[in-house]
Amino acid sequence: MVEFGGWHMPVQYGPILDEVRCVREKVGLFDLSHMGRLRLTGADRISALDKIVTTFVGRIPVDSIRYGLICQEDGGALDDILVYRGEEDVFLVVNASNTERDVAWLKEHLAGANVSLEDQTEELAMLALQGQDSVATLQTVVEDLDLLTIGYYKSGFGTLCGLPNVRVSRTGYTGEDGFEIYFDSGESERVWNALMEAGAQYGLKPIGLGARDTLRLEAGMSLYGHEINETRNPIEAGLSFGISFHEDKGDWIGRDALAQIKASPTNKLVGVSTDGKRAPREGYPVMSGDEQIGVICSGAISPTLSKNIGTAYVPLAFSEAGTKVQMDLRGKRQDLTVTDLPFYSRKR
Amino acid sequence: MRPDDRRYATTHEWAKIDGDSVMVGITDFAINELCNGNEGDLVYCDLPEVGRMVEIGETFGEIESVKAVSDLQAPITGEVVEVNPVIEDHLQVLAEDTWGKGWMVRIRAKAPNLDHMLDAAAYEEHIAAAH
Repeated sequence: MVEFGGWHMPVQYGPILDEVRCVREKVGLFDLSHMGRLRLTGADRISALDKIVTTFVGRIPVDSIRYGLICQEDGGALDDILVYRGEEDVFLVVNASNTERDVAWLKEHLAGANVSLEDQTEELAMLALQGQDSVATLQTVVEDLDLLTIGYYKSGFGTLCGLPNVRVSRTGYTGEDGFEIYFDSGESERVWNALMEAGAQYGLKPIGLGARDTLRLEAGMSLYGHEINETRNPIEAGLSFGISFHEDKGDWIGRDALAQIKASPTNKLVGVSTDGKRAPREGYPVMSGDEQIGVICSGAISPTLSKNIGTAYVPLAFSEAGTKVQMDLRGKRQDLTVTDLPFYSRKR
Repeated sequence: MRPDDRRYATTHEWAKIDGDSVMVGITDFAINELCNGNEGDLVYCDLPEVGRMVEIGETFGEIESVKAVSDLQAPITGEVVEVNPVIEDHLQVLAEDTWGKGWMVRIRAKAPNLDHMLDAAAYEEHIAAAH
């Protein structure tokens, strides 16, 4: 167990690479209760949020979910979030280590609007089931909700292990099919055990943060604090799909700065892969000849690709897939090949 | 209890005077920190060339697990006179025989002295205090 954002979190339950394979081939169970969970209600919730986040909240259909960011005026990212549009609320899932700052930022910028913000992080548990057998596993413990009717990035409510009105979304951070569920945190042990039992016939294993990091990296998903932070903008991170410049959304914090960057970006987040022995790791310099052109943001040993992989920001001139660069390992060099993201997409 | 025929660094290397050189390895605690009891999670160990001079506290190599990379720091000043050839292809030896076949390098010093390092009991306390 490691300390993470004030939570005790399991990095691994078993060998990390076995955990990665289990999710790619079968199904895995994740305890994500460290993630922040915020609920907004009140008449202005949508219009007020549209001034703060990059997503066009007003255009999200009820029961759908969109990825978005909270940015500063200069376009630097304060957090990346999931926005759940409900009938009567908007539910946000934010990063653990940013929760307090997000709450303060939201409160400051929601001031004057008819919105109430409730931090449900402590009262709700969050678990994820990821992998091709997650539908079958979860359906075993869910009544009155046919999980197959919930499309990708949509959510519904059902009775789970006897608990009514549990939020179930077809989302995840692994590149596999799967669900995230939110319920009374007092019931987490019972629900965890029920899911472990329900998934046993499919080979379900509990999956730690170590494997989760590899899974999201293989799937080309950014992690706050690594690919994105206050000094990095989401345009160059390749997150334009979560940013709306639609005129009906109106102005929002960071819009002007991001519009300028979008018009003339200078860097790009790319994948790098290597057949060499060493895995790219955060902070390693990325070199072209004697010139440092970038730095590794994240890296991992990928059991799915049988390669060592990573991400890095590089100038556009080096961003073409197939470009050969190197990483510096305390004076030793290892070849890297620039690779399009994601490294891995599941066959649908 | 860890063997008391050697000394320990706060950075989790061990050192043992053996003949005219000092054997250096890393402790069971370090290995467990890297791989949480899953020895298969150790993936790479970068060791120096024979003949390299190292200073006390200098990074002489790196050990990498699936989740992290950790520096190896020289517990004494001297010349690397031998590197364990087994480690490169058989990293599991580090966990299987931490205090014996899992040695990493031999360093030759003029007058080898390990008094600046912790004995087994003090190392035990050091770990307990840190966790």
